[in-house]
Amino acid sequence: MTLFDLRLQELHNQLNKKELSVTDLVGEAFAKIKEHDERVGAYLTLNEEGARAEAARLDNKLGSDEAKGLLFGLPVGIKDNMVTEGLRTTCASQFLSNYNPIYDATVVTKLKQAEAVTIGKLNMDEFAMGGSNENSSFHPVRNPWDLSRVPGGSSGGSAAAVAAGEAYFTLGSDTGGSIRQPASYCGVVGLKPTYGLVSRYGLVAFASSLDQIGPITKNVEDAAYVLQAIAGHDAKDSTSTNVDIPDYVSALSGDISGLKIAVPKEYLDGVDPQVKASILEALRVLEGLGAEWEEVSLPHTEYAVAAYYLLASSEASSNLSRFDGVRYGVRAEQGGNLLDLYLDSRSQGFGPEVKRRIMLGTYALSSGYYDAYYLKAQKVRTLIKQDFDQTFEKYDVIIGPTAPTTAFQLGSQVDDPLTMYLNDILTIPVSLAGVPALSVPCGFAEGMPVGLQIIGKAFDESTILRVAHAYEAHTDHHKQRPSL
Amino acid sequence: MSTSKYETVIGLEVHVELHTKSKIFCGCSTEFGAPPNSHTCPVCLGHPGVLPVLNRQAVDYAMKAAMALNCEIGDVCKFDRKNYFYPDSPKAYQISQYDQPIGQNGYIDIEVDGYTKRIGITRLHLEEDAGKLTHVDGGYASLVDFNRVGTPLVEIVSEPEISSPEEAKAYLEKLRAIMQYCDVSDVKMEEGSMRCDANVSLRPHGQKEFGTRAELKNMNSFRGVQRGLEYEQYRQAEILDEGGEVIQETRRWDDAQGKTFSMRGKEEAHDYRYFPDPDLVRLYIDEDWKARIRSTIPELPDARKARYTKEYGLPDYDAGVITSSKPLADLFEDSLKHTSDAKSVSNWMMGELLGYLNSNGLELAEVKLTGQGLGEMINLIDKGTISSKIAKTVFKEMLQSGKLPQQIVEEQGLVQISDEGAIMAIVQEVVAANPASVQDYQAGKEKAIGFLVGQVMKQSKGKANPGLVNKLLVEVLKK
Repeated sequence: MTLFDLRLQELHNQLNKKELSVTDLVGEAFAKIKEHDERVGAYLTLNEEGARAEAARLDNKLGSDEAKGLLFGLPVGIKDNMVTEGLRTTCASQFLSNYNPIYDATVVTKLKQAEAVTIGKLNMDEFAMGGSNENSSFHPVRNPWDLSRVPGGSSGGSAAAVAAGEAYFTLGSDTGGSIRQPASYCGVVGLKPTYGLVSRYGLVAFASSLDQIGPITKNVEDAAYVLQAIAGHDAKDSTSTNVDIPDYVSALSGDISGLKIAVPKEYLDGVDPQVKASILEALRVLEGLGAEWEEVSLPHTEYAVAAYYLLASSEASSNLSRFDGVRYGVRAEQGGNLLDLYLDSRSQGFGPEVKRRIMLGTYALSSGYYDAYYLKAQKVRTLIKQDFDQTFEKYDVIIGPTAPTTAFQLGSQVDDPLTMYLNDILTIPVSLAGVPALSVPCGFAEGMPVGLQIIGKAFDESTILRVAHAYEAHTDHHKQRPSL
Repeated sequence: MSTSKYETVIGLEVHVELHTKSKIFCGCSTEFGAPPNSHTCPVCLGHPGVLPVLNRQAVDYAMKAAMALNCEIGDVCKFDRKNYFYPDSPKAYQISQYDQPIGQNGYIDIEVDGYTKRIGITRLHLEEDAGKLTHVDGGYASLVDFNRVGTPLVEIVSEPEISSPEEAKAYLEKLRAIMQYCDVSDVKMEEGSMRCDANVSLRPHGQKEFGTRAELKNMNSFRGVQRGLEYEQYRQAEILDEGGEVIQETRRWDDAQGKTFSMRGKEEAHDYRYFPDPDLVRLYIDEDWKARIRSTIPELPDARKARYTKEYGLPDYDAGVITSSKPLADLFEDSLKHTSDAKSVSNWMMGELLGYLNSNGLELAEVKLTGQGLGEMINLIDKGTISSKIAKTVFKEMLQSGKLPQQIVEEQGLVQISDEGAIMAIVQEVVAANPASVQDYQAGKEKAIGFLVGQVMKQSKGKANPGLVNKLLVEVLKK
């Protein structure tokens, strides 16, 4: 049992009683980083000096009556695709190895307002493209449960840091499963909010119509607290929705009797038998709490991965055009003219997976191919959304596995991008539909964590948090810790 | 070689900068002439993670412009990304509108050589401007200024219905006047707030299919457009006459050399890979919004011109010239608040005012003349307080100092002398001093009186009432 195994409420009680200081919490994070991170590789940049100074400032405040932020004193790690003013932000790309942002992302501002303490920036797949964290252009992240395995991706650093106790909580971003899948692989809670709930301002765009920021935590209640702190309309993001933000924590009533659960048969076909067994066991637990479940069909599931890779890559090909070596980032040694500057900087700056997706997206948007690829994929996206809409007319939540397997061995899929893409087959449809989903630990298969994916209606994070919280209260999978 | 064998087909693409206070997708100022890169922020610099937020004023202005050009306004508009790499474009894409622009299917009427022609407007869409590159060190380095990045622009695309360089010029002038009346832009070609590209092709008279077109860029003045098109017309006719084929390409007009040069061929044309910008939501324009904008559109040049000819009896040509520029037309109307003599106001504007502006290369805004000044001056002439000749002096003074005519007349003692006794004294002096001329007149050389009148005027320092001078001289000489 370490400090970070305590719930947020327990930590705050101890802070208020002065049994604990923010300096202790921040010290705990850096102690664990020193102890484990050389092997785990979760962090790319540490903010030790800044974090310790902030801890001292917050400790001074502890004695006063001043109002304290919702996440007061909690050490947070931030995925390295959210910009932090003056704190290097690389997107795990050599291209941005020298980039110090000139502004804070809205979520970063919100974390500051909530008085969380930024510990550092977390490793990821380069520009969030990948599902194993092997695409970081600095070093891979390893799964704290088994260092020979991947932590998942692209928010692999964010999930591994929480599992290894190197941060109290972290922020990840999810485009096609990049919060949920690594949360599943690392045995932690990961929530992808509804598209539009959390501001994207300052999140370096991969696929703008899909990207969402969300929390990765050790338990569901903490996820509710973090979501509370970061959700809400932002005038700087035209795609952020102006909705009333409910009190997520008070929604955690523990009561799910009468809950109607849909289990898509497409989500159980072909998944690892042990993963499937864990999911069915979880459904029995939920039944025991008064929920009912039925098998349903989301018939367009099989087209989701193809549509996703066309749409996400198309948007990425345009979003990543700004990295040209002209204004920021690493500029290639100049030998020739402007075209050479672009070609050399981009050829040297981007890794192979990023190049693959830029090529794919550029092709899909090209004159003569647009209708067959981009437009067709948009139509598929609409059909997938309709699958969800129709299911949610009758059911409160949709449940299935987060990923078809547990974490795989490092290097086992690097040469096979298509197999790698299929790891996201259960998370991608949710992203295309824009609805919220979270992954909560639901067991182990051969010692590796399995994640249960709970999918909700748009802007109904309260329900999926309530279901996950009720489930968690009757199981102890989330209390298991890797031995590092 | 002659161009008369061919029909010229011209379509124009005009960019007009909207003079909103802030940029189209961020809060930076659009002020012209600030130090390089001083009006920039993470958003317009295209830093990682930034997002655009649409400036509603820019939409209002674009709608107003589209309505004034008789366009249909879309109920739903969207923004698209136009992807291309160039250092003046920090995101490497321009946010523009591809298939759902603000306005479509409009038109304007132009007049050339006395005939009126309707030119169709295909579309008007809203987009962001790029930055400005300056090449230094003899081309070894380029500097970029991002102040202009994100200035809202409308692109106005005409149908290929313009048949001559003169029509093109008339189209541009009419377009400028309409934008000026709507008060959505400074529309100064020389400062770049109005820019024009042209598609030009020739075809034998009577042929239905279009010939191969060339796209002309870099024509930075009205005269440049006309000259560029004339040159291109000539160039293409020469190729066709020799049995050659015009190549589809983009050509750059060189104003100093008076020629166009090939920039890039069809093969090198960009594939801009337009797709809907996922960072911006669709724009829904309801009837209330349209009505609100429609109510802000002022009387436009054509309507004003018709009113001037009808209400004030101005000649068609004069009314056309005065209404071709909003400041000119406003001056005309301001003057009429102070005098009822519209014809005189028009004459003074067409003659003295435009003459002065043209010969000094000035804009109306650069002189201090006011409508009150011009109106009151005309009243002073009509009342006989000053002569038309003196009025020219007063007018020049008004242009330079902006003082009112009464004050100028008093300060400089320019009041016309209409006292018969005072003039008679001078007349008698002049008659006595010029016996030869008196003799000539009395011998029947009536023209000799002109010299004597001149002498009287000279002695009175121009202030004697010329009518009285004439009358009194005749009286004296006939005695």
